[in-house]
Amino acid sequence: MRGFWKLALTELKLYIREPIASFFTLAFPIMLLVLFGNIYGNKPNAFFGGLGFVDTSVPAYTAIIIGTTGLISLAISVASQREKGVLRRYKATPLRPLAFLGAQVITLYLMTAGGMVLLILTGKILYHLRFAGNVLNVWTGFTLSCAAFFALGFVLAGLMPTARSAQVAAMILYYPMMFLSGAAIPREVLPAGVRSFAKFLPMTPVVNLLRGLWNGDGWTGHGGDVLFLAGITLVFSLIAARTFRWE
Amino acid sequence: MSDQPVIRISGLRKTYGDLAAVDGVSFEVRRGEIFGLVGPNGAGKTTTIECLEGLRQADGGEIQVLGLDPRRDGPALREKIGAQLQESALPDRIRVWEALDLFASFYAHSVPWEPLLEQLGLSEKRNAAFGKLSGGQKQRLFIALALVNDPALVFFDELSTGLDPQARRSMWDFIRAVRSAGKTVFLTTHYMEEAERLCDRVAVIDHGRLAALDTPENLIRGLGAENRVVFSTEAPVDPGMFRALPGVTRVEPVGERTIVYGRDDRLVVEVVNALSLDRIKFRDLRTEQADLEDVFLALTGREMRG
Ligand SMILES: Nc1ncnc2c1ncn2[C@@H]1O[C@H](COP(=O)(O)OP(=O)(O)OP(=O)(O)O)[C@@H](O)[C@H]1O
Ligand SMILES: [Mg+2]
Repeated sequence: MRGFWKLALTELKLYIREPIASFFTLAFPIMLLVLFGNIYGNKPNAFFGGLGFVDTSVPAYTAIIIGTTGLISLAISVASQREKGVLRRYKATPLRPLAFLGAQVITLYLMTAGGMVLLILTGKILYHLRFAGNVLNVWTGFTLSCAAFFALGFVLAGLMPTARSAQVAAMILYYPMMFLSGAAIPREVLPAGVRSFAKFLPMTPVVNLLRGLWNGDGWTGHGGDVLFLAGITLVFSLIAARTFRWE
Repeated sequence: MSDQPVIRISGLRKTYGDLAAVDGVSFEVRRGEIFGLVGPNGAGKTTTIECLEGLRQADGGEIQVLGLDPRRDGPALREKIGAQLQESALPDRIRVWEALDLFASFYAHSVPWEPLLEQLGLSEKRNAAFGKLSGGQKQRLFIALALVNDPALVFFDELSTGLDPQARRSMWDFIRAVRSAGKTVFLTTHYMEEAERLCDRVAVIDHGRLAALDTPENLIRGLGAENRVVFSTEAPVDPGMFRALPGVTRVEPVGERTIVYGRDDRLVVEVVNALSLDRIKFRDLRTEQADLEDVFLALTGREMRG
């Protein structure tokens, strides 16, 4: 795994220097939270099972961040590095494909976690965000969700020939999920028909799992979500390993 | 071991569909030489070099590079070679020093990169982003990257593309210093002057086949090309007066200029003597020797390639 840590550090710096990617990962979710938090506040509400708007939105917006880094940033970044010939240059060195992929994963994981932490801090400071869960459980659920979305992103990056087509494909998958899975709009306000369709979108188990764990659920009620996400991780990692190309 | 050739290929073949881009090329590269590969666009230079680097899979033939087969021992081979590719890139926002630091970390053994930056005239650009470098600066950075692992053998595909005339000349000195440090250099170029001045031996390939391989001097001598003496006079001179001179093969009057072709090394002396004897005033007299460019054109023709 020689080169892995240095590459991860370099990728992290490059991610932060990319204004659009860091805006959507770090700033955009906070803007959403402040915008709607100021409208709806965070008073306990029977509509959200006794929780406030912000209490349900922080874990739900975390799902948006995971989608942004995993699907959009990852697919575009890997596809564009391949298109421009950056990966060709790596291929001429002893760097192993696994070290390259690992460095992407750790960078995106840290950026996603950073986005979530900023969101939580904003919630705490401005809206007295409540937390009824177990930190380890939430962290585990977050990690599993990241794994599933990163695997999806790698498959997109492998299948799409150019950065442009990777971007288009990622957007086509991302936007319906963002609005229908309960990530951007609370699932409580979505019509039943939409909700039964949204069950099949990979972002839905992320929202359900994170909201549940955040507010004190155990794992037992979320077996379906865990199975769904673990299955995506496994299947799409295998596909990604077969479709990854340096050029 | 040290007398073993560094590269040995025999019958190298690489096809893309119906096209045989490299069609049975064989040669050896010796330890410590600067070996040049020249040929028209599409001749198969990049394909050959990338089969040697293990970036492309050859379809046939035997390949040994530093005693390894690039098709089997790719990772081990890439530890020991350096490569500047004809086409590649780095992330736009990576800084020059970060790129060197990053690439150095990929190898089991690497050298400090500050001296490389210095030698390649990039010290002032160490904090510049790759995307903000000029074409020639990018090229020099890629050359530095090819050397961070202190390779025994280094490949440069189109060494001086994008370099201005000064930079090209200092690049030649730099490459000679790389060779003096004990490395073997394999390069391709479209500048025949570069191949002639820099390379110990030059291979000419065309349509995927080897057309010639020798030292630049032998290639030029082998062409048996004529030297030329060119000069201008006030009034046209009678071409007949040169035809009888020893070694002259033909005379070509072009307006007020006259070109005398010949094979004799004393050609210029004979021509000047003849002019002085007849008290003909001349100016702008120069001699033109056959060079590698003539060899190249004689071997590969003059028409543009696809
Ligand atoms: N990946 C590829 N797929 C299909 N054909 C290719 C590919 N790479 C090269 N070729 C073809 O193989 C032939 C040799 O190409 P190559 O790049 O080796 O030439 P070259 O000598 O390096 O030319 P240049 O001086 O223009 O760089 C060309 O006809 C080219 O079109
Ligand atoms: Mg080429």
